[in-house]
Amino acid sequence: MESIESLIIAKYNYWAVIVLLMVGLYAMITKKNLVKKIIGMNIFQTAIILFYVSIGAKKGATIPIIMHGPDHSSHAVQAMDYINPLPHVLMLTAIVVSVATLGVALALALNIYSQYGTLEEDEISEKIMKSEPG
Amino acid sequence: MKLLATIVIFVWGGILFFTSFDFPYWGDGKSPASQHVSPYYIEHAMEDTSVPNIVTAVLADYRGYDTLFETAVIFSAGLACFFLLRVSDRKAPVFRLYRHQSTGVTLRIEKGGRLPENTGEFERIDSVWVPYDLIIVMTCRLVVPFIQLFALYVIVHGHHSPGGGFQGGVIFGAAIILFAISNNLRRSLKRMSERTSALLGSLGVTIYGGTGMLCILLGAGFLNYNALASLPGVDPLTARSLGILIVEIGVGIAVTAVMVWIYYNLSSAGKQDEGL
Repeated sequence: MESIESLIIAKYNYWAVIVLLMVGLYAMITKKNLVKKIIGMNIFQTAIILFYVSIGAKKGATIPIIMHGPDHSSHAVQAMDYINPLPHVLMLTAIVVSVATLGVALALALNIYSQYGTLEEDEISEKIMKSEPG
Repeated sequence: MKLLATIVIFVWGGILFFTSFDFPYWGDGKSPASQHVSPYYIEHAMEDTSVPNIVTAVLADYRGYDTLFETAVIFSAGLACFFLLRVSDRKAPVFRLYRHQSTGVTLRIEKGGRLPENTGEFERIDSVWVPYDLIIVMTCRLVVPFIQLFALYVIVHGHHSPGGGFQGGVIFGAAIILFAISNNLRRSLKRMSERTSALLGSLGVTIYGGTGMLCILLGAGFLNYNALASLPGVDPLTARSLGILIVEIGVGIAVTAVMVWIYYNLSSAGKQDEGL
């Protein structure tokens, strides 16, 4: 059993991600304002992205671009010398898609605002109840 | 409600915290995530695709289908914003503001009033917020071309350095959005209209899908760039590299156009008349 300090140093990336996930989920559940909910969703997405990127790290490895000469000749490539490229690929597309989903979410919020004149969830449901009796 | 949510989230976070003890250490090269396909990508990317940047090779070649539909997702997000927000009837605003260019005097013209002629003497400005500052406008005018040049560099140099279609496309879109913020929406629409951005967005997706179809026509599987070697002037060694470049350019065009399109619709709430 190793000491608690080495455990903290070895695992703190997961703990930072867990804290961010909790912050994002808390904002999505409890906040009444739709824009704050969207911000919470983005914090959640960012936490997932950080989780994936931290999984790809390797000690003593370099970025996943193979060192090569001008004639495309390269030494024998060892997998341990380069960090894992796969999480980077997945998150690269995920970041752009999260921007796109953010755009759609904001568009929906804009539409709701122009319909009900507010972004507060309880006021919106009150107005819906009033407009639909029963 | 708040208390309940707090309890649920702390219980959930606690479960995640205890599972983190079973996770591999940070920077562990033997972690499961770095085992199965990842070493194959690292060791064979160079000989398979002759692209040194493994991320680009995996993105556009090994996982080409994923990226194709990711691009389609981005384009459909642009379409969704368009259908949600775009207002088709152009109701005239209550009043419009015009600035006399040489004196800086602002005219307020009520609905039904005679609008100034389009001679360049007057320029229409936004009624809510007037972001006219010579320093900002001139700085952005100087900076925008270099941002665009850098974006093109990031797209075409994605094979040998960090970069690629997504990153370069976002930078290029950000340059156009910077122009729209520092000047105004109408000037930006004059340079890159909504029709242009919609067409470019679909063109980017079409370039990606079309490359895949071209590979089928040349006698190989969908997105199997080896087939491009039968085209005249293409070296069989670099056929895959060339295919990846074409695809990345398509992705870059699509991402640029969709970013700008979403910005146009969001900033003006679909009216595309006055906005940020």
